[in-house]
Amino acid sequence: MSTEVQEAINMEGSAAAEPSMFLDRHSGRGDRMFHGVAMGFASALPILAVAILVVLGIASALCMKSMGWGFLVSQEWDPVKENFGAAAFAYGTILSSFLALLIAGPLGIAIALTITEFAPIKFRSAAAFLVEMLAAVPSVIYGLWGMFVLAPLMRVYVNPILVKCIGKPFFDGAGTGLCMLTAGVVVAIMILPTVMAICREVFDSVPVALRESALALGATRWESTTLSVLAPSKAGIVGALILGMGRALGETMAVTMVIGNRALISPNLLGPSDSLASAIANQFTEATSSMHLSALAELGFLLFFITMALNMAARLLVWATATRMGGS
Amino acid sequence: MPGLQGGMSARRRYTDLGMRGLCWLAMLAVVIPLCSLLVYVIMQGTKRFDFDFFRNLPRPVGIPGAGMANGIVGTLELVICGSLFGVPTGVMAGVYLSEYGGKGKRFAQVVRFLADVLSGVPSIVTGIFAYEIVVRPMQGFSALAGGFALGTMMIPVVTRATEEMMNLVPGGLREASLALGVPKWKTTLMVVLRTAQSGIATGVLLALARVAGETAPLLFTSFNNQFWPSSPMQPTASLTVQIFNYAISPYEEWHDQAWTGAFVLLIMVLLVSLASRLVFSRSKQTIF
Repeated sequence: MSTEVQEAINMEGSAAAEPSMFLDRHSGRGDRMFHGVAMGFASALPILAVAILVVLGIASALCMKSMGWGFLVSQEWDPVKENFGAAAFAYGTILSSFLALLIAGPLGIAIALTITEFAPIKFRSAAAFLVEMLAAVPSVIYGLWGMFVLAPLMRVYVNPILVKCIGKPFFDGAGTGLCMLTAGVVVAIMILPTVMAICREVFDSVPVALRESALALGATRWESTTLSVLAPSKAGIVGALILGMGRALGETMAVTMVIGNRALISPNLLGPSDSLASAIANQFTEATSSMHLSALAELGFLLFFITMALNMAARLLVWATATRMGGS
Repeated sequence: MPGLQGGMSARRRYTDLGMRGLCWLAMLAVVIPLCSLLVYVIMQGTKRFDFDFFRNLPRPVGIPGAGMANGIVGTLELVICGSLFGVPTGVMAGVYLSEYGGKGKRFAQVVRFLADVLSGVPSIVTGIFAYEIVVRPMQGFSALAGGFALGTMMIPVVTRATEEMMNLVPGGLREASLALGVPKWKTTLMVVLRTAQSGIATGVLLALARVAGETAPLLFTSFNNQFWPSSPMQPTASLTVQIFNYAISPYEEWHDQAWTGAFVLLIMVLLVSLASRLVFSRSKQTIF
């Protein structure tokens, strides 16, 4: 296009060509420089991503060399004998995140539906504001609340009921309230805004005509919602859930404060447990040997890998649904 | 026509009502913990809330008049330190994505994707990264290391926010400026960036509020300090780490102080979030 214009200008004669060349010569250099500088800053992101990967790899090399793949399956964590295994921590991380998702998933979807489909317009921004507030609260404050408010509540009211009604093996012994279940509940509250916000985005991208056509065919509000909103959003919802899971896996402070910090693999949700992130938070400053530090770094590496894989999968899913909706 | 009127079976009607009711119940299920959290932070946090808290250093259990002055200043210092390199990098990367990173550009797509991925890196992992990059070579915990960790966390957030805001600027403005013979880089800086500036400020403020509440990446980068640090190269207290340490301590008195710290932190974070909303509503008026 621009070359055509330039040719046209050239054909007009040299007098008209002069100013455009003048502009090109002088602004070209500035533009190229600015482009370069901006690109340099933009490349900070790939550099950072690679650097995190490399640095974590180097930091955990010592432990990788001595423990090998056994690190992933061994439950033993003995800094004195320098024998390290991540299995118990990985179990705690995955189970607590799964519990959180089990609670936050349906809640997040339901709230997103309420906001996009059922609530009166006036109510919507207030509800969105409320959920944003949840997202703004720092995780250490959730931890504080979990420790001093939620955990005692769970110990006195909720746990005895669970023990009585369901019992072993999942709910055994009254415990202190600082347990896997409490961690799951606290993390659920924390990832709710993520799940909800993305679900809302996905639901909003469904064309209004789809809802209207379902209603016109005699569907109830709920039927039109399941048929024309939930059904086409499936992949997007899965993406939202995975992203929520990703946040839950990396959650550190609140979990550290309520999970009880004892690395055990046990089906009992009312017993203490530990997670990858809280092991790092608790032990990193106290680690004396370089082997211990390296083992903790490898825990971080493991956590990084799990969350990255999940995040990438989720982003691709959300993108795929969004582009498909946009295309139709 | 009777078929149309009485066509809906009771089961369908009740499912409809029931499911919609459940959705509203879910809303309520979120309001309760949020209210409980706010009420507790306010009730417990104001118990010991006084001028001493802002003026004095932490003191041993049993000695009255303890405060978290160094933690409050430390948090501000860490956030400023982080934004000094996080904000320019993020804004420029966002400028690149919006002005030079069209759909076809492979590199821009990679940067965009990585910005999303990086914003999902667990903060404790960022802490280990900062430890290895800054603390280990400098052989000591420092505010610099903490700031580095926070800045690293800010970059992807600020990048995406900047890109989004720059994309909102109508193409006509760019074309008008270019048509006047203004080179593209000047157009970008003086016209596009200027128009989008309050939107970008909103994104930056939100990122600030987010990292100000971070604890995990600070535990082993800026560490903690019971006194005033004499330089940014020394271990530095932060409100969040102080709250954490006091919360897991066995002392009732420190628990109270942790709640007061939480109250102050929450107010700081909410004020910044609120400020970002105000800036944003103003920016809407200028762009549209």
